[in-house]
Amino acid sequence: MLKIENLHASIDGKSILNGLTLEIPAGEIHAVMGPNGSGKSTLSYVLAGREGYEVTEGSVTFGDIDLLAMEPEERAVAGVFLAFQAPVELPGVGNANFLRTALNAVRRAKGEAEIDAIQFLKLARARMKVLNMPDDMLKRPVNVGFSGGEKKRNEMLQMALLSPKLALLDETDSGLDIDALKLVSDTVNSLRGPDFSALVITHYQRLLNHIVPDRVHVLSAGRIIKSGGPELAQELEASGYGAIQAAAA
Amino acid sequence: MTAVSSTGPAAFLGRHEGLRGRLPGAALPWVEALRDRSAAAFRAQGFPTRRVEAWKYTDLAVVNASVFGEPLTGVDDALALPAATNPRAVFIDGRFRADLSTLDGLAYAVENLATALPQLESRLGALVRPEEQALAALNGMLFEDGLVVTVPDGVEAGVLELVSYATESERAPAFHPRHLVRLGANASLTLVETAAGPATARYMHNPVFEIEVAEGGRMNHGRLQQEGRDAFFLSTVYARVQEGGTYDNFTLNAGSRLARNEIHVALCGPKAECHMNGVQLLADGQHADTTTALDHAAPNCSSRQTYKTVLSGKSRGVFQGKILVRQIAQKTDGYQMNQALLLSPDAEIDSKPQLEIYADDVKCSHGATVGELDAEQIFFLRSRGIPLEQAKAILVEAFLTEAVEAVADEAIRDALSGAVTGWWQRQGIQGGIEVA
Repeated sequence: MLKIENLHASIDGKSILNGLTLEIPAGEIHAVMGPNGSGKSTLSYVLAGREGYEVTEGSVTFGDIDLLAMEPEERAVAGVFLAFQAPVELPGVGNANFLRTALNAVRRAKGEAEIDAIQFLKLARARMKVLNMPDDMLKRPVNVGFSGGEKKRNEMLQMALLSPKLALLDETDSGLDIDALKLVSDTVNSLRGPDFSALVITHYQRLLNHIVPDRVHVLSAGRIIKSGGPELAQELEASGYGAIQAAAA
Repeated sequence: MTAVSSTGPAAFLGRHEGLRGRLPGAALPWVEALRDRSAAAFRAQGFPTRRVEAWKYTDLAVVNASVFGEPLTGVDDALALPAATNPRAVFIDGRFRADLSTLDGLAYAVENLATALPQLESRLGALVRPEEQALAALNGMLFEDGLVVTVPDGVEAGVLELVSYATESERAPAFHPRHLVRLGANASLTLVETAAGPATARYMHNPVFEIEVAEGGRMNHGRLQQEGRDAFFLSTVYARVQEGGTYDNFTLNAGSRLARNEIHVALCGPKAECHMNGVQLLADGQHADTTTALDHAAPNCSSRQTYKTVLSGKSRGVFQGKILVRQIAQKTDGYQMNQALLLSPDAEIDSKPQLEIYADDVKCSHGATVGELDAEQIFFLRSRGIPLEQAKAILVEAFLTEAVEAVADEAIRDALSGAVTGWWQRQGIQGGIEVA
């Protein structure tokens, strides 16, 4: 599904990713763990197409398409979804209007029929019920005045509505209480299937108790220095990054 | 035949001399006196240069250098106006057209100024000091027609549309309508004004409004300025509000090459209120100036102003807002906010708030911001599949929301959102946010 080969990327002339190679087959969930500054957020931004990052070497293919040649909205339409670590607020933009505009933008680009306001509300309310989100979160401006947990649940609502092929979760667990963590995990798990892959980026093993990954990769200084099964996350939790970094050096 | 200058103040002064006996009210001494006083004031001021403080950011040199002609009489019957849903007064090149207007069966009086002139001695010019405003002086010298609305005490007049169209003409007409509105005690009126013209024609539309709101009256004044892109729109509004009355003004400045939207409001009785909101949407080559002057001349009055300007291409926006709180005006509550969004590195906004306060127990504040679209917000929208141009449109709409939501009157709000959508479409952008 996703194939990253020898990816080098920099921002403002500073090299962040230094030859990252990673492959996620369709239907699998992989976790990338790493200390602060290892390049975790850069990886998710480069994959989603945020401006300001310069890819100097390497390639990323999504299915059989060159992801790096696409605009951010084209990537989204192709099925890439980034759940933000710190979702931005959009004052003056109603959440329901935003969600419907996004959903129809994706549907239009896929050649699917647009959904009207009534269909949309029905769909959104059903999803929100599962996420334990009150109805009035549709009326409020996007993320404005939302608590940290509400913002993350709103991200999960967007993910559930847009039903991507590849979800990039950028430290979605940061700042979440255990109940919100469970809701986030449930949403990801509910999407699991042969056509859904995810890259779960996290500091902590905690999230991976709920979203059990097929593979775990350790990111350090912009490269994957170790890969393994779910047990690697537990090993990291017990011994820290230092031991693995030392072993890889 | 003596040589007459074809441009600048001399051309207009010459026109006044030449038309002296033929302008409406020529037989009425008080009208003659008003025109002469206005002519003297215009002769003294000319078109103000940027050395005049009130015109520091708006250069009328291009107006001064242009050749204008007289509007033709009785032309263009092919004009296709949308069907009227409300009572409507239509002016073509500044002249009233009864045949295009629908004004039957109203519970209040709507006349045209050229006809009603003999009865207007006490009203016409009552709020204007031509010595202090050159464009109002020019209007006072050469006005021919206008709308005269008189709403009796206690009458709720509903919506009245004032439509001004310029016709396609080689003559580059200049027209100077004078509109008078008087609301009796506890009367109300919503006036929705549209000013438009051909996309490419050069003309000057120089209207002056004199608006009087008596005790407890309420006037909603919505203005959609969508003049052709080579037009000069030079507009001055004077409003006077008595005790417990309200004057609401919302102006959309979207058309014309050069626009000046100048509004003077005097709150003359206790607990009078004024809301002035506006949106300026400027594309390449446009210059729009909103200049407000609020005179708090009585205690316990409140005023609210929110102006938003969106600038693209090489455009320039100006906001000047003066709030005067006289010594008598204790417990004044005044607020002014002016925000600009620059969509292009070539755009420029100039902002000059001015508070002049002589009372000691007042609440008065102002603020101004200038910014660009937020790159993170744009990326967030795009990462959800929304194309770049649509993402920008959504964020600009959101920026305008505050000013638009402040419009109390639904008819004005609807007309405004239609006009904003039309502006986007002319910029080649289809579709902002979808409403769920």
